[in-house]
Amino acid sequence: MNRFSLLLAHDLKLALRQSSDGLTVLTFFLLAVSLFPLGIGPEPTLLARIAPGVLWVGALLAALLSLDRLYQADLDDGTLDLLLSSDAPLPLLALARGLAHWLTTGLPLTLLAGVLAGMLGMTAEAIPSLLLALLLGTPTLSLLGGLGAALIVGARRAGPLVPLLILPLCIPVLIFGVAAGDMAAGGTPLFSLTVLAALLLGALALVPWGISAALRVAVE
Amino acid sequence: MLQAMALHALANPARFQRFSRRILGPVALLATGFLAAGLYLALVQAPTDYQQGNTVRIMFVHVPAAWMAMAAYAALAACGASLLIWRHPLADIAQRAIAPLGAGLTLICLVTGALWGKPTWGTWWVWDARLTSMLVLLFLYIGHMALANAFDDRERGGRAAAILAIAGIINLPIIKFSVDWWYTLHQPASVLRLDGPTIHISLLIPLLVMAMGFLLYFVAVLLLRIEAGLAARRLETLSRRIG
Repeated sequence: MNRFSLLLAHDLKLALRQSSDGLTVLTFFLLAVSLFPLGIGPEPTLLARIAPGVLWVGALLAALLSLDRLYQADLDDGTLDLLLSSDAPLPLLALARGLAHWLTTGLPLTLLAGVLAGMLGMTAEAIPSLLLALLLGTPTLSLLGGLGAALIVGARRAGPLVPLLILPLCIPVLIFGVAAGDMAAGGTPLFSLTVLAALLLGALALVPWGISAALRVAVE
Repeated sequence: MLQAMALHALANPARFQRFSRRILGPVALLATGFLAAGLYLALVQAPTDYQQGNTVRIMFVHVPAAWMAMAAYAALAACGASLLIWRHPLADIAQRAIAPLGAGLTLICLVTGALWGKPTWGTWWVWDARLTSMLVLLFLYIGHMALANAFDDRERGGRAAAILAIAGIINLPIIKFSVDWWYTLHQPASVLRLDGPTIHISLLIPLLVMAMGFLLYFVAVLLLRIEAGLAARRLETLSRRIG
C-alpha cells in the first residue's frame, strides 16, 4: 500500500509540475464541445437534446489525448524497469497510475462538463445524473486507456494506435453514460448508473492484470 | 487430457505442417462440397418466406458468416492465450492468420445484413445493440492487426496483440445476448436457444449445411495461411543468415 501511495504522489507531483499538459486536455475538451453549437447551429432544444452525447464523446476523446505517453515515458527513462523490479505487485502500481490519470484528467473533465452542460442548455435536473455518470464512467476509461498505453509501449507509431485499440472497448461505457444523461430528462437513470458502476468494478478487478501483463511483455 | 496433449504436440511447427498438409486437401474438398450443396439448398430448395420473399435467402450467408466471425474471434483469443502461457511460436503465426479472416467474415456479415435490412427493415443500418457490437468486433480485429504489426520486434507485437485479443473477448457474450438484453430491431436467437430452435426445419437444414461449409472453408484457408506464415518466417531466417 505504501508503494501505491508513493507512486500516486509521484505521478500527481509530476502532473502538477507540468500542469500545462493537463490544461491542454481541458482546453481541447472545451474547444471540441464548443464546435458543436457552431457546427449544427445554436438552437437550444436541439443542443439540450444532444448535450449528454456531445459531452461524453468530448470527454472520451480528451481523455484519450493524454494517454499515448502514459507508460512510454517510463520505458524511456528507465522508471519502468524500477517499477517491475520493485517488490510491490505490478497490478497495484498500474492501479495507482490509473488513479493518478483519473485525478488529473477524468475528474477535471467531469467538473468542466458540469459547466459545459449548463452552456449547452441541459436542464438542472438532468445535469447531476450526467455528472454522476461521468464520475462513474471516466475511471473505467482511465483504466482501459492505461491498458492501451501499456500495449503500445515501444511501438513505431504510437499516436493513432491507442484510440484504435481502446475506443471499441470504451463503447459500453459511452452507451450507458449517455443513457444516464438522457433518461434524466424523463425516466430514471438508476439502471444506467448501476451498469456504469458494475463496469467500473469489473474494470478495477481485471484491467490492472492486463496492464501488468502488457508491461511485462514490453520490457522483455 | 489426451486431446490437450495432442494439441500441444501440434504446436511443433514441423509436426503441424505434416498434419496440415495431410488434411488440407480433404478439408478443402469437403468445404467446396458443403458450400455447393448449401448454396443449392438455400437458393433453390428452401421455400420463400411469406413476408420477406426471396430476400430471406440472404440469411443463409449472413448467419453463418456471423457465427464464424465470432468463432474466429474465440479462436483468436485462444491463440493469444496459448501464446502468452506456453509461448508456442505457432500460436503467433496462427493469430496473425486468423485476424484478417475474422475481419473479412465480420465484414461479410455486416454487408449482407445491410443488404437484407434495406428491403426488410427499410434501412441499411440502425444503431441496434447487435449491429453495434458486431461493428465493435470488426474494430477489434482491425486493432489486433494494427497492433501486431506496430512494432519492429515482431514477437513483441504478437504478444501485445494477444493481450488485446483476450481483453476483447468480453465482446462475444455482448454480441450473443445483445438481442435478449436490449430488445431492439434485430430479431432474437432462433437456432441456438435453450428450448430448441424455433426456426422451421426446411430453413434450418440449408442453414446448417451452409454453416458447415463456412467452417470448413475457414479451416482450409486458415491452414493455408499458417503454412504461408511458416514459409515467410523460414524465408526471413534464411535471408538473415545469408545477408
